[in-house]
This record gives sequence, C-alpha cells and structure tokens, in this order.
Amino acid sequence: MKEKLHQLKLKYQGKKMAPAFNALHTFLYMPNETTHSGAHVRAADDLKRTMNTVIMALVPCLLFGMFNAGYQHYSAINGFPESFSLFEHFLTWDNFWVGVTTVLPLVIVSYGVGLAIEFLFAVIKGHEVEEGYLVTGMLVPLIIPVDTPLWMLAIAVAFGVVIGKEVFGGTGMNILNPALTIRAFLFFAYPTWMSGDKVWVHEGVERAGTADAISGETVLGSLAQGSDYAYSLSDMFYGFIPGSVGETSTLLILLGALFLIFTKIASWRIMVSAVVGALAMGLIFNGIVDAGWLPEYSKFYTLMSFPYWQHLLVGGLAFGIVFMATDPVTGSQTNKGKWYYGFFIGFLSVMIRVFNPGYPEGVFLAILLMNVFAPTIDHYVVKGNIKKRLKRFKTATIYPKSSDEVDTLKTETA
Amino acid sequence: MALLSKKDANLIKDPLADNNPITIQVLGICSALAITAELKASVVMAISVLFVLGVGNVVISLLRNIIPAKIRIIVQLVVVAALVIIVDQVLKAFAYELSKTLSVFVGLIITNCIIMGRFEAFALGNGPWKSFLDGIGNALGYGVILVIVGFFRELLGSGTLFGMKVLGDPVTKTGLYSIGYENNGFMIIPPAALIVVGIIIWVQRSRNRALIEEA
Repeated sequence: MKEKLHQLKLKYQGKKMAPAFNALHTFLYMPNETTHSGAHVRAADDLKRTMNTVIMALVPCLLFGMFNAGYQHYSAINGFPESFSLFEHFLTWDNFWVGVTTVLPLVIVSYGVGLAIEFLFAVIKGHEVEEGYLVTGMLVPLIIPVDTPLWMLAIAVAFGVVIGKEVFGGTGMNILNPALTIRAFLFFAYPTWMSGDKVWVHEGVERAGTADAISGETVLGSLAQGSDYAYSLSDMFYGFIPGSVGETSTLLILLGALFLIFTKIASWRIMVSAVVGALAMGLIFNGIVDAGWLPEYSKFYTLMSFPYWQHLLVGGLAFGIVFMATDPVTGSQTNKGKWYYGFFIGFLSVMIRVFNPGYPEGVFLAILLMNVFAPTIDHYVVKGNIKKRLKRFKTATIYPKSSDEVDTLKTETA
Repeated sequence: MALLSKKDANLIKDPLADNNPITIQVLGICSALAITAELKASVVMAISVLFVLGVGNVVISLLRNIIPAKIRIIVQLVVVAALVIIVDQVLKAFAYELSKTLSVFVGLIITNCIIMGRFEAFALGNGPWKSFLDGIGNALGYGVILVIVGFFRELLGSGTLFGMKVLGDPVTKTGLYSIGYENNGFMIIPPAALIVVGIIIWVQRSRNRALIEEA
C-alpha cells in the first residue's frame, strides 16, 4: 500500500491534481523523499502531528457535547432529573443518538466545505494542501449552537476560509483566527440563530410558539436579563448546562489544556495570563458592586455581582482561552507579548460580557480584537528588547582575559 | 464610434475598468461603504456624483486659466459645494424619503476624493469637452462599483432589489424562504461593503495581472 502510493505520487508529479493527492498521501504515511544535501533536523512533530494533537485534545469536548445535546434536549422536554446520576441520565444511548444526529452533521459539513476549499486553492495555486483547516474544522462545530442550519454553516465556513485565511496567503499567514471568523460571521449574519434562549437546545427553534415549546437559556443569557438560573456550580463545572456544542464542560477543557501544555503545543503563558485577566476584570466589577457604587436597579447589576471566578465556568471563556487564544499563528509570538495578549483577552472578554447585553458572550470578539493587536504587541516587545540591549551595550565595560590581551585590546579600540 | 475620437473614448472607458477610481485608485471608499446597503440609494448616489463631477469638471476647466494657483482648492470647493447643494435640494424636493436615507452622504460628496482628484489631476489642465468626458467616465466608474456592491448587499442582506421582494417574503415564508433560507444580516452592516469591494478588487486583479501593484 505504502509503496503503491509512492509510485502513484511519482506518476502524478507535476500534474494539476498533485497537491490534492500529496495531501492524502502524507496524511497517512511519511513521504519517501530523501534529503540531498547537508544536515536536516527530523522531528516527529510536523504541522500535521501538531494539528492532530490539538484534535485529540478536542475529542473529549466533542463527545461530551454530543451527550449534552441529548441531555439538554430531553431535560428541556421532561424536566431536569431530581437526583442526577451520570450513567442513568447523561451517558445514555438516547442522548448520544441526539448528539449523533445533530452534532455529527455539523462536523461533516464543517470539514467537507472547509477542506474542499483548501484543496481547491491548493490546486489553483499549485502548492501543497495546508493542514491548517484540520483544527479549525473541529473547533467550528464546537463553538456554535447545536441546531445551526447546515447551509448557514457551509456559507460561514466558505467565508471564513476564503476571506479569513486564503486571501492572506493561507495557513500561517492569517491575521484572524479562522474558526472565530466563521463564528463572528454567523453571529452577525444570522443573529437569531446564534443567540437568544431558543437555539441552545435541540428542536428549541422548531417548537417555539407551539404547545410543546422548550427553551434553555444559557447562564450568561439569564444573567444578562437579570433572571435566575437553575444550574448549580458543579453543573457549570462539569458542563451539564446549555451552550454551544462543545464549550460547556470546563472539566474536559481543563484536561485538554493540561494535555496541550504537557505536549508543549499550546502556550501556557497565554492561558495563565488570560485567566488572570478575566479574574482581574471580574474582581474589579465585584469590587464596584461591593463598594455600593452601582444601584441594584442597574441593568449591569446581576452580571457585575456574578462572582468573579465563576466567569471562567460559564460561556465559552474557558474554551476560547485554551483552544482559540493559543493559536500560534494569530497570537503573539514573543514570550513577553504573550502575557499582554492573554491578559487582555481575559480582561476584555469579561468586560464585553458585562457591558454589552447584545453580546452575552464576548470571548470571540475579545480574541479577534487581540488577534489584530498581536503584531503590534510583538513589535513593541522586540523594540523594547533592542533598546534594553543597546543600553546594556553602551554601559558595558570589556574586561581583558589576561594581561597580554590588554595591549591587543588597546590597539583594537584605539 | 465616429462621435468620439479614440483618445476621447478612452477617457470614458479607462475609469470603467483599468483605472477605476474605487478599485484601482481606492478613492471614494467612504461613501461606497456607507450607502450601498440598498440598490436604490446606490443608484441615486451614482447619479448625483455623475452630475456633480460632469458639470464640476466643465466649470473648473473653463475657469482653469483665471484661477490663481494659490487659491485653487478653495475655488474648487466652492464649485463642488454649489453643485452638491443643487443635488441635495432636488433630492429633498422630489425624493424626500431617499434623501433621508442618504442623509449626510449627499453633503459629503463635497469631500469625495474622486471629485477633488479629477479637478486637480484633469480639469485644471484640459479643455472643457475632454474634462466633461473625463468627469462622466470617472463618475460612471464610481457608479458601477456602487451599483454592484449595492446589488449584492441588498439581494443577500434584505432579499430585495429596488425594494422589490425578489426572493420571496420572509414573513409569510414564500419563495426561497419556504425552504429555510434567511437574510444575511451581515450584508446590511458597512463592513460587508468593504469585503464586497475587496472581492471585486480581487477578481479584477486576478483577471488582469498587470494591475497588481508591486509590493
């Protein structure tokens, strides 16, 4: 099989479809090219492996999302179970089946449309198919509501891949995170399908206005309206709450985060500083409420008095920080820059959440905004470093190693 | 065409394609973003600019030998302002609803870079007939882009063209809407115009690679 593929590759070399074929070839096997000159570093973690590692970190979220789709659906119809048991109420075939019929099509459409465009552009431009879409294609279904119509997703994916990535030159050249571009497009193009209290539960929209109407408001949505929500803290942490497909379970996101940090794929600096930023903004808001500066009838009161650390448990903040903010292409490249970049993502996310009731979840906007600023941050970090080193160089005294060198140094510097 | 010499015809043809004021010179973007959510507004804007630029170019060209160089910008502004006020008053009188949609952007034709650009670059150095053709050509080039952008934005954003429901009725769910189609709210907001203009620029330059600027 492997040999045959190698032979096929030689046969199609230089033909128009070669990039498309090569993409599938290297997906399965290491290519048989040998290097011809000099020493080359060979490592196992090429781009494709990196992408696969991130996908592995996402799989638990995806599976959880499938079960949760069913759990939220049946709970919205029959009411939440009195005494919750994981195997009796959550990990059931019924729940999984709802997940299969709703989430899987999203995954298939996302990959189908996205990869088709990647292949198309590779063939037109005559370069290798880039792996960048592998992760994007997995992220997209996880950050949209479960009932998003497939044609909308297809249009958004086409927009995100072409306008968000290909026009800038493809993988590695994009300014904005493609998955978030796709989500932003969906949000602004079809707001009724991306927010409100109907879209988070399967069949919520179809049943709206009928006797069987069901709804599931997200925690943030309830807070923005100043109403109560019926979810406990452990529900929020384990993820048994309505929300976008794969972002509800903070526990599994945390596991994914540890996995990515352990494999050194994602930057822990961005994650830590983003968490710090979110906590800082949350603390400021809590402080304002505690100091009594905000009257209770203010429309920001419920969101501002929401305990600062619980911001990390609800909405897409945790998911965004771990899987989106750490995108190596669109994030800051310098270590110092990563601290600023992450901090502002957390800080702005919570700020947008509280101050803009039109966008109950601000993390995608915050990350996109900081994507735009990442090169600027890097620029000033690099400039600062140059300045520092120039200063050090100016004040440096050069000591001769031995007394013999004193003379040579003198003649050199004279 | 016997009516126009080849050189004169190029004055009209060039701005329509290879020297388009919006896609090549990237002028007049502001109004292209602001008023193209509806096709009707785009067309009216295009006609207004056609009038202002056509007449303005002739006036400036006639005055070109008596305008002192030092105050030429002020003279140009006076001419544009006078013409824009005429357009604005006509719109207010005969198409009040539309003039409300266009709001300040009719007045802002004064600051449209294309107009000052043509005065400076062409009318000050050429005769009235040529200047007239140049003005018409550039205004048409501007208008074509406006109409294309307006067409896509109104069709995809509101499902209408000139206010007519060409895709069916979104409320009673007829036509395309009966199979689940929905209007794309993104096309209504100004950033969408930027992207549509960007795509036009992309298509134009990939068809004619000579237009690509060197990096």
